[in-house]
Amino acid sequence: MNVFTLSWRYLWSRPLATLLNLLLLSLGLASMAFVLIAQDQIDRAFERDLAGIDVVVGAKGSPLQLILAGVFHLDVPPGNIPLAEVRALQQHPQVAQLIPLSLGDNLQGFRIVGTTPDYPAHYGATLAQGALWAQPMDAVLGAQVARATGLMVGQAFVGAHGLGTGGAVHGDSRYAVTGVLAPCGCVLDRLLLTATESVWRVHDDMHASDDMDEEDRAAIEADREVTLALIRYRSPIAALSFPRFVNDSTALQAAAPAMEITRLLGMVGVGTRVLRGLGAVLLGVAALSVFIALWSAVRERRADLAMLRMLGAPPWKVGALLLCESFWLAVLACGLGLLAAHGLTALLGGMLMAEQSLAVTGWQWVATEVWVPVLALGVALVAALVPALGAYRVDVMSLLNSRSYP
Amino acid sequence: MIRTRGLAYAYPRGQALRFDDVAVPQGGTLLLRGASGSGKSTWLALAAGLLTAAEGELVVADQAPASLAGGARDAWRARCVGFLPQRLHLSDALTVADNLALAHFAAGLPVDRSAIAQALAALELGALAARRPHQLSGGQAQRVALARAVLLRPRVILADEPTASLDDVACAAAIGLLRRSAQGCGATLVIATHDARVRQALPEGQVLAFGERVGEVGA
Repeated sequence: MNVFTLSWRYLWSRPLATLLNLLLLSLGLASMAFVLIAQDQIDRAFERDLAGIDVVVGAKGSPLQLILAGVFHLDVPPGNIPLAEVRALQQHPQVAQLIPLSLGDNLQGFRIVGTTPDYPAHYGATLAQGALWAQPMDAVLGAQVARATGLMVGQAFVGAHGLGTGGAVHGDSRYAVTGVLAPCGCVLDRLLLTATESVWRVHDDMHASDDMDEEDRAAIEADREVTLALIRYRSPIAALSFPRFVNDSTALQAAAPAMEITRLLGMVGVGTRVLRGLGAVLLGVAALSVFIALWSAVRERRADLAMLRMLGAPPWKVGALLLCESFWLAVLACGLGLLAAHGLTALLGGMLMAEQSLAVTGWQWVATEVWVPVLALGVALVAALVPALGAYRVDVMSLLNSRSYP
Repeated sequence: MIRTRGLAYAYPRGQALRFDDVAVPQGGTLLLRGASGSGKSTWLALAAGLLTAAEGELVVADQAPASLAGGARDAWRARCVGFLPQRLHLSDALTVADNLALAHFAAGLPVDRSAIAQALAALELGALAARRPHQLSGGQAQRVALARAVLLRPRVILADEPTASLDDVACAAAIGLLRRSAQGCGATLVIATHDARVRQALPEGQVLAFGERVGEVGA
């Protein structure tokens, strides 16, 4: 029997109050931890997809929309841009790499992206099966797409028009699956990749009619478009001049993803602050409740505590019993709270995945989480301080004075 | 062994108590007699080292508790003084055996389960070791409290009104157990009581009578 085991026994001698306090404390800690974990996971998901993309060029419109559409594939793109202008940008001295993306079709809500092999290479994607596309109408599936659709290498599918489910089906244009990517935890997981020419061919077929002559085909060829282009600079200095050059002297728009995402997270930040405030209020209530429980425990057990002093326990030992009881609560609540917060994040990740949105995993340790145990122990200490002092100063004489004692 | 000389205690509000001198050999019996409020509790608290005398000398088990500092005094009390409170003060959060283990815990000693079993068996409580105090009869609970008081084989046992609200048969049994337990560990037995039956049951014991307040300390 020591301070830890004895305080544990005292703690569970009042099971209802203990469970209630445990619940309150766990809820407060869980909401704090959830904000920390979810924020970190979302930041991380954005950062992963953003890595190495200095600027996105697309049609004029909202820069945030362009980023959400082009980098994260969450929003619809503002429009298409002429291939000729993209080719011109590719020759620009400040551009190190340009990856064109053509959007427009989907398979069960997963976007079919026409691009170059540079795109999977940019994210360091590796193939789990098969090979990259070798010719138009070959397609490579992201890991999540393969899992959700059940398609395998060698099978064929037809895309649907539009970026959401329910568009008209391109019945005549069949894609052949040539490969499946290994999971990368990035945006590629929920995309189908193909050659830029595939997207053109699908739409040529849609608009083509049998009485088109060579001249019409040549006109279509000249009007080739892509949706947007991801650009990596040769040197960081380009960030100062290149977007202005694009925005002022071409019909295109350039948007810096890092800046737009900072702006977006700033807008969402109000929500996380509210959630964090709510967590703080819950923690405050929990601290008060633990304090009340311990205080009434000291009152109820004053005779027990005085008896301990009579049996020769020094005052610090009696005070430590109360502190320890509170710390037990904190340790238990910390474990439960973190478990709940990670479970909730995993649930959020599952929901986002079902909506074909950001890749968020719940079961990843986040560095800022160390604050949760610190917070728990702090709350326990504050709540137990006065009761522990009461226990420290318990009046042993009250044992001898039977009239003052019920 | 208990010896006092010129012992006096001053209450914080100036009231003072003077106590007659006593000298009880080790293993002897001392009865503190008097109505409630006459100073018996104060004398017990002085003997247990819970209060410090204003004047005079008090030696309990070859030690003047007043000369010990706080922590050392707690350790001395754990080792040398067994206390049987009137209201027993057993903890309902713990089993009977663990209530005894509290004495080890308070003294900072490792829990000695065989000593606990022995102490319980000596008072015919072996079968009740796993029960909670609220499941015991009044007599059983008093025996548990007594077992706790003698567990560490103290030099002095202080009993506060051990026969209050007991009928004659139970009173005789309780006094008999107290005396046997004290003899069992060779302890000096001090009983604070206003019960005449205790005096009759323990004719060999010395008596310290309370009742008159004797002057101001230092007067």
